[in-house]
Amino acid sequence: MSDSDKGESKINKDSLGYIVFMAVAVCLVCSIIVSTAAVALKPQQQINKALDIKQNILRAAGLLPEDSNKSPDGRSIDDLFSQFEVLAVELDTGKVLSDYAVADYDPIKAARDPALSRNLTGDEDVAVLGRRENVSLVYLLANEAGQTEKVVIPVRGYGLWGTLYGYLALSGDASSTLGLGFYDQKETPGLGGEVVNPKWKAQWAGVKVYDESGTPSVALVKSRSASGSPAAEYEVDALSGATLTTRGVENLVNFWTGELGFGPYLNKLRTSS
Amino acid sequence: MSTSKEVLVDPIFNNNPIALQVLGICSALAVTVSMNTTLVMCAAVIFVTTLSNVGVSLVRNAIPNSIRIIVQMTIIASLVIVVDQVLQAVAYDISKSLSVFVGLIITNCIVMGRAEAFAMQNGPWLSALDGFGNAVGYSVILIGVALVREPLGSGTLMGFEILPRVADGGWYQANGMMLLAPSAFFIIGLFIWAIRSWKTDQVEAPEYQIADNVQYKEAM
Repeated sequence: MSDSDKGESKINKDSLGYIVFMAVAVCLVCSIIVSTAAVALKPQQQINKALDIKQNILRAAGLLPEDSNKSPDGRSIDDLFSQFEVLAVELDTGKVLSDYAVADYDPIKAARDPALSRNLTGDEDVAVLGRRENVSLVYLLANEAGQTEKVVIPVRGYGLWGTLYGYLALSGDASSTLGLGFYDQKETPGLGGEVVNPKWKAQWAGVKVYDESGTPSVALVKSRSASGSPAAEYEVDALSGATLTTRGVENLVNFWTGELGFGPYLNKLRTSS
Repeated sequence: MSTSKEVLVDPIFNNNPIALQVLGICSALAVTVSMNTTLVMCAAVIFVTTLSNVGVSLVRNAIPNSIRIIVQMTIIASLVIVVDQVLQAVAYDISKSLSVFVGLIITNCIVMGRAEAFAMQNGPWLSALDGFGNAVGYSVILIGVALVREPLGSGTLMGFEILPRVADGGWYQANGMMLLAPSAFFIIGLFIWAIRSWKTDQVEAPEYQIADNVQYKEAM
């Protein structure tokens, strides 16, 4: 009583009006601080995000080392990435959509929009995605002669703890893989988390994807078939102690190279070359 | 002058938030797998704790008692969002792996605890020192834990290889447990033991004594 009477005789700190006033004032000040920071930093954040996507694509294509953000010959990310041609592909038909705004298109976001995606049911959904976008992006790298040398496609699928997001690089004729890299995964460190181990990833150079009938048949196996045998060309070592992650990776590679993924588009590349 | 020095230095060893107050354990388990994330987390906590203490201290006389916790939370949460936004703009790679934990600074008991226990009763300058000191005390323990976990768990320190792992063709068989959260519990436990052996006044009096075993012998 005595304290508040002496110092702040006009204001009763416990009155309803004062409490509401104080709450609103604090919220106002804080929201101004937060929104100023968010708005002021947004351009830089978007640059970072775009750069990050480019780095992941370059890593999968083997143009950028794993542990550094600079290429061995000192070229910038943007410079390296400008070699790629970005195409929007209608997944069901494999048709290239020439007048698509690829720069701001996000396939993963599109997969959440019912108007831009389709439902995957039961047996179709081997990679446990739920929904799949109708249009996705491919990144093509041509050599000096103008022939497509590398094709990079975005892939994702469920592992053990969450969805793995990555890029799969394929040879120009889309018959075999060149590299697989994940930029976001939640697998167990030391077990499933070894999907990002460069030693394991190195095996993805030159794995055959399609069998005679054109079905993706990549297999992650405990012990590989004798080298030279036809089966060995489709095989990659499984991750020890991580059966579910291994199965997830196998499923997502076969899903995205298959009929419901980029299959129709990649098929065109294979038959044309 | 001596009080401000005490307020600043005490929390580092004498009244360490993790080792004595046992606050902020949750994030200490989560981020100490690698030294890089640990250092960023420490910097973020130092920033948030210092500024939230100052903020709360500045308005402490105007805060109605009935909503004081909510006001503190609002100030802390705003600062944490600012930190998260700055990280996304400045250190994107680190923010990707850390943004979940940065969000959790809001619930870090140290920030809230110091705001309620110290900043509500003291002026801005002392509160700033208290916040800074406590966050540094937290950081010392975190860095210590990361110093054990990263080399033993992945054979590296700040990303540089110091123990070549068997998986990479070296000789060190990595200890997978060090990569998982429970290992931090053991290490923090050992730290608490070490600090209390050094500063014996921190040893708490036992709350009860185990009574002697009273078992009557069988009647013969």
